[in-house]
Amino acid sequence: MADNLLDIHNLKIEATVRPPGEKPRDITIVEDINLSLEKGKVLGLIGESGAGKSTIGLSPAGYGRGGVRITGGEVRVNGRDILQSGARGLRQLRGKEVCYVAQSAAAAFNPAHRLMDQVIETTLEHKLATREEAEARAVALFRTLGLPDPEHFGDRYPHQVSGGQLQRAMTAMALCPQPDLIIFDEPTTALDVTTQIDVLAAIKDAIRETGVGALYITHDLAVVAQIADEIMVLRDGAMVEYGETRQIIESPQQPYTQALVSVRSIQHRQQTPAESPLLSARNITAAYATGLPDVLSDVSIGLSEGQTLAVVGESGSGKSTLARVITGLLPPREGDIEFDGRTLSAALKGRSKEDRRQLQMIYQMADVAMNPRHTVATIIGRPLTFYFGLRGEARRKRVLELLDEIEMGPEFYDRYPAELSGGQKQRVCIARALAAEPKLIICDEVTSALDPLVADGILKLLLRLQQTEKVAYLFITHDLATVKAIADSIAVMYQGRVVRYGTKSEVLTPPFDDYTDLLLSSVPQMKVGWLEEAIDSRRMASQGH
Amino acid sequence: MNTIVVKLIAQRLALGILLLLAVSVLIFAGTQILPGDVAQSILGQSATPEALANLRREMGLNDPAWQRYLSWLGGLLQGDLGTALSNGQDIADSLGGRVANTFFLAFWTAVVAVPLAILLGLVAVRYQNRWPDKVISGSTLTAISLPEFFIGYLLIYLFAVKLGWLPSVSTVYDGMPFIDRMRAIALPGATLTLIILAHMMRMTRAAILNVMQSAYIETAELKGLGGLKIIWRHAFPNSVAPVVNVVMLNLAFLVVGVVVVEVIFVYPGMGQYLIDHVAKRDVPVVQACGLIFAAVYIGLNIVADVVSILSNPRLRHPK
Repeated sequence: MADNLLDIHNLKIEATVRPPGEKPRDITIVEDINLSLEKGKVLGLIGESGAGKSTIGLSPAGYGRGGVRITGGEVRVNGRDILQSGARGLRQLRGKEVCYVAQSAAAAFNPAHRLMDQVIETTLEHKLATREEAEARAVALFRTLGLPDPEHFGDRYPHQVSGGQLQRAMTAMALCPQPDLIIFDEPTTALDVTTQIDVLAAIKDAIRETGVGALYITHDLAVVAQIADEIMVLRDGAMVEYGETRQIIESPQQPYTQALVSVRSIQHRQQTPAESPLLSARNITAAYATGLPDVLSDVSIGLSEGQTLAVVGESGSGKSTLARVITGLLPPREGDIEFDGRTLSAALKGRSKEDRRQLQMIYQMADVAMNPRHTVATIIGRPLTFYFGLRGEARRKRVLELLDEIEMGPEFYDRYPAELSGGQKQRVCIARALAAEPKLIICDEVTSALDPLVADGILKLLLRLQQTEKVAYLFITHDLATVKAIADSIAVMYQGRVVRYGTKSEVLTPPFDDYTDLLLSSVPQMKVGWLEEAIDSRRMASQGH
Repeated sequence: MNTIVVKLIAQRLALGILLLLAVSVLIFAGTQILPGDVAQSILGQSATPEALANLRREMGLNDPAWQRYLSWLGGLLQGDLGTALSNGQDIADSLGGRVANTFFLAFWTAVVAVPLAILLGLVAVRYQNRWPDKVISGSTLTAISLPEFFIGYLLIYLFAVKLGWLPSVSTVYDGMPFIDRMRAIALPGATLTLIILAHMMRMTRAAILNVMQSAYIETAELKGLGGLKIIWRHAFPNSVAPVVNVVMLNLAFLVVGVVVVEVIFVYPGMGQYLIDHVAKRDVPVVQACGLIFAAVYIGLNIVADVVSILSNPRLRHPK
């Protein structure tokens, strides 16, 4: 046991919460966690938000975010209980033995300093090398991690490189002082799927080459399956299951793990598009201001009544801009939009109340899409009064009906958004959109901010509502698994253009164009060894060319 | 230097010059609206109408306002501020030494006060909500709450009367040795420092605390850096812009707001000169002083803008 890099025994972590108007009190957020990690091995910590995975993950650095503190148990790094080492001892530990890679490298790099200065800062701070040696080490790491122009990469400022490159630079920053343990906190979650695969491969190579041990925190089981030797599944601050990666993925023992592994099991039978579509956008070209480059060029799509068109693409592909054009928030430079047999005015101002009623929207961030000072009843009730003039008892009855439709009980009637979970908030937003009895709902990344199981529930709800209400969805997402689950038709967007468009079976059946192929092959599969296969087949394909 | 930064700075400079022109128009117009007649005030109540008319013609008072403005402006551009009515002396000559004195006091006060305020701000952040923070916040707030004449007389009482370390009257003259000069301005400088310290220190504290929530501060903590190093190296460079703005406002105060302190310490600066001449309704002097104050204000704010621009790495190093 003395050989272990990391040993955690009976870890207990508490936080102080300060509810407004009440006395601060301590709550236990993590309890009874035991784990150990050998040198050079990778342990995946997986769970939904609130599972305590980041809190546990940061404990080897003796660090707690906000009012979080470790109140019990032992955390041994290289055989030493770091909880007894005091502030000075922790500073010696951090950046020397234990390093950290944050979720959003874009926020975790200081905008005021060059990358090189930040990457070698720890090495110099702990006097582990001279500046020349540290810089040479950093350049070597930039090369290992596949960064462009490694000799001069460090001269740049964080805003001058892309998100994927920053995430690799952050890994280089963690590796530079040659620590024994690195904590990876969702390092690829903020990246596009085609970038994620490269960063993932780079991290995996770097771990293997340097022999560093790692804790890999993520909510994505398919990702962690590619990189971890062992996986610990967490829920509500407690351990659910802990075992070899292959065992967790292939024969999970606990029901919760089984649910995580089999998530996205939704079956949806594809409907064929009708003769005359409900919505058709024709030859849309749009820019955010005259003189700025076009964000959409010559985009044409159609959507039939009661069906789902998934618009899929990476960040910057123009998919959200398309939604803004259809809603009238951004009048296009060219092209027109036909809806329910009539041509819609390009600008929102020219659209009638009826036009607006029939076209509703649901957003990615449910909590900022609602007024925090309105109750659920007010939020759902407002469109009822605005569009149908419902008041008093009639309005109350309809709100309760809608609450029932989104599978929430009457007890939520008087609640405020802050009292709801993420999934419940999104359901209330769905009810608000449904209250207008629209023919089309634009769903902009509605499940991206949600945990997989919660997202699954939302998708099932949306599909059921489509059956009963005959509403059409324009479903904007970057997540191909969601697309496969619910779409009837798919439009793949890349750099403001639709590169592939058709029914789901057409779009997802080979032969693919290059971009769709790249996109589809980048989605992590819930299978050990997928990453190597994907990278290998990519190398073969590029050699074949 | 890149073109974006050069363009932004050029824009600020052009705007500043335009603003200064606008201010000169306002000052000129304002003094024209004031009741009274310059010729009348020079010659006094007993002057004959012919003498008045002659002097008016001589001084060009019968010309249209825009012509008089242009000739005033033309004089200004050549360094000619006009002649004081009260004593007939050239304004530029008598004002020059006083402006230099005011700037001397302002400069040395700034040299002490600005680094001190920023240092106190950094320390207050480092020990946020602990006793050093509370002591710093409390004492600087007390200092700013007391009127400057009170602080001034208090310092005179302590250091000049009781201890006898420093002179109570800050007389300076040409050819005075530097060391004596510094001794003379020690008390007014200390008074001004106490007045402007709190504002700058609190802004530094607030701006840095704002940045301390950022993810890159957490990164720095997890790198094992010490508290002050994190604040100095990672937080401060990202909070320069708001701090510089407040610093510049306070520096401007050191030039345009020192009147009371100059009077207390009988310091021969611009403020006292201005007060004297306002009392005598000496319009050209008031105009000249007003313009110098405006130039200082606008100049320092341009400096603040330029520093803010230069402190932004996105502008300094575009993609």
